Amino acid sequence: MATRTTDPLITATSVSDAIRVAVPEKGLRQNLRAVGVVWQRELLRFRGDRLRAITSLIQPVLFLFVLGTGLSSLASAGMPPGVSFKTFIFPGVLAMSVLFTAIFSAASIVWDREFGFLREMLVAPVSRSAIVIGKCLGGATVATFQGIVILALAGFAGVPYDPILFLTVIGELLLLSFTLTAFGVMMAARITQIQAFMALTQMLVMPLFFLSGALYPLNRLPAWLSVLTRIDPLTYIVDPMRHAVFSHLNVSPAATAVLSPGVTWDGWVVPIGLSLGMVAVMGAVLLGVAIAEFSKTE
Amino acid sequence: MSDPVISVTDLVKRYGEVPAVRGVSFEVAAGETFGFLGPNGAGKSTTIKILCTLANPTSGSARVAGHDVVAERDTVRRNIGLVFQETTLDNYLTGEQNLRFHADLYGVPKAQVEPRLRQVLEMVNLWDRRKSVAGTYSGGMKRRLEIARGLLHAPRVLFLDEPTVGLDPQTRSSIWEYITDLKSREDITIFLTTHYMDEAENCDRIAIVDGGRIVAMDTPENLKASVGKDRVQISTADDAAVIGELKDQFGIEAAIHENLVTFNVEAGEQFVPRLFTGLTKQIRSVSVARPSLDDVFMSYTGKTIRDAEATATDRNRARVMQMRGRG
Repeated sequence: MATRTTDPLITATSVSDAIRVAVPEKGLRQNLRAVGVVWQRELLRFRGDRLRAITSLIQPVLFLFVLGTGLSSLASAGMPPGVSFKTFIFPGVLAMSVLFTAIFSAASIVWDREFGFLREMLVAPVSRSAIVIGKCLGGATVATFQGIVILALAGFAGVPYDPILFLTVIGELLLLSFTLTAFGVMMAARITQIQAFMALTQMLVMPLFFLSGALYPLNRLPAWLSVLTRIDPLTYIVDPMRHAVFSHLNVSPAATAVLSPGVTWDGWVVPIGLSLGMVAVMGAVLLGVAIAEFSKTE
Repeated sequence: MSDPVISVTDLVKRYGEVPAVRGVSFEVAAGETFGFLGPNGAGKSTTIKILCTLANPTSGSARVAGHDVVAERDTVRRNIGLVFQETTLDNYLTGEQNLRFHADLYGVPKAQVEPRLRQVLEMVNLWDRRKSVAGTYSGGMKRRLEIARGLLHAPRVLFLDEPTVGLDPQTRSSIWEYITDLKSREDITIFLTTHYMDEAENCDRIAIVDGGRIVAMDTPENLKASVGKDRVQISTADDAAVIGELKDQFGIEAAIHENLVTFNVEAGEQFVPRLFTGLTKQIRSVSVARPSLDDVFMSYTGKTIRDAEATATDRNRARVMQMRGRG
């Protein structure tokens, strides 16, 4: 105890001075600060968890290099000349790289609840929406970062290092990550057990991925599969990314028409802008639901 | 006399059909240490949740630091510090990072974060360990860090929900040293819940709660004085016979609590020799105790706090079974 009384700082600043923390800021500024700190915590947590960062990259790398290479010889029969199968699946692999990270980021809410930290956030004098938005932005940032790591491997997949292409794809990854995190956070509001959350995630993520056209072109599919791919929200982000990649490749229009035909609704090609818009609207709606869920009081 | 810092009027909280708090009213003055004493399931945690704006009352009202807990939720939140029963730290962040997170979340002005951070960490003797990850802290250190965090934004009221539950006796008493020390340094009101009698002794005033109601409220001294009698507990060869003899010979109503024949009598020590001459059955041991808060609890509720806890646990278990049955 002696150390405390002799401490110059404490004796210099009398109790009332340092302790009378002025009335804290209110309103928008305070809420923005809260968004910032929740976001920052996600990054700190991610930085501290290298194992998660590495393990979540294993799956996309396996798909790109092992599956991609392994199927190349088989697929090359059906591929237009000059395009490798790895190039074709690259956008899908990018989507996959953010898929797990984004949803696992949201899963941390379930952990936070289990270890009590969620309560620390929920009793703070800030709007619950600030907390949910901070969480979604944090998850989106971390997941996009994972996507960028895979994006850095573009050369191995025959995709050119073009700044415009990279910026487009990063923007699209960010949009996807945000929507996915919002979806995860919405689920985490209801599901309080980590096992249940993980099981549900496993159940949803693989079908989402396989139905998104990440591994095959969306045309010339049997009717049932064609319908399912059009229902899968992930389709509407994989397609714009593939479109971006193919517009920066040196391939014939015929090859592009085969491999990146765009999403069609009964023959009508859905414009890229509409695809991205739908994903954005979905993200906003999921975010809204998540905020509503977390704003409830007993 | 200034306005009360906490004022609660006819507070009721029901979860579905199940009442947790059944009409509670009290006031806490500025600078007071006020304790809610009662067994688990008495409604302590529910009351604290309402005061902290984590739950809305079914009816009645509560004001904390001059603001309504429902209508002015955020203002109330800015004025209170919370330490919950279970830890609410981020075990992956350092002690310091945990506090910085809190400072940002509570909008502590940036210029004041550094000095205040240091002050609260030194107050709980964790300044040297601030760079360690909270997950590596011991139970007592975690609790201290939480107290520091609860104080960081200089709240007017600090809520401590079972502040020492799950800690060893030595750590418990050291936590109380910090709380006492804190009272001497800061202009703060403390509201705490506990089911430890000895802990309640540290409060200026306590409310004894049972079954969602306040059954008594006063200073610990006055409450104990109100009981007046000493508690005598005896272990005998034949409890039933002894209880009968006590009634016949001395006119004393005794009952079995914690497997011992228990009764209250004035001037207990002088009574013991008479007890030996008066009873025919063998007495194995005798203990006489001055009135404690346990006796206060018993005289108001007719049971010891441990008995109450056992029945509360049974009740909760029955409730869970019932809910499962329904589902």
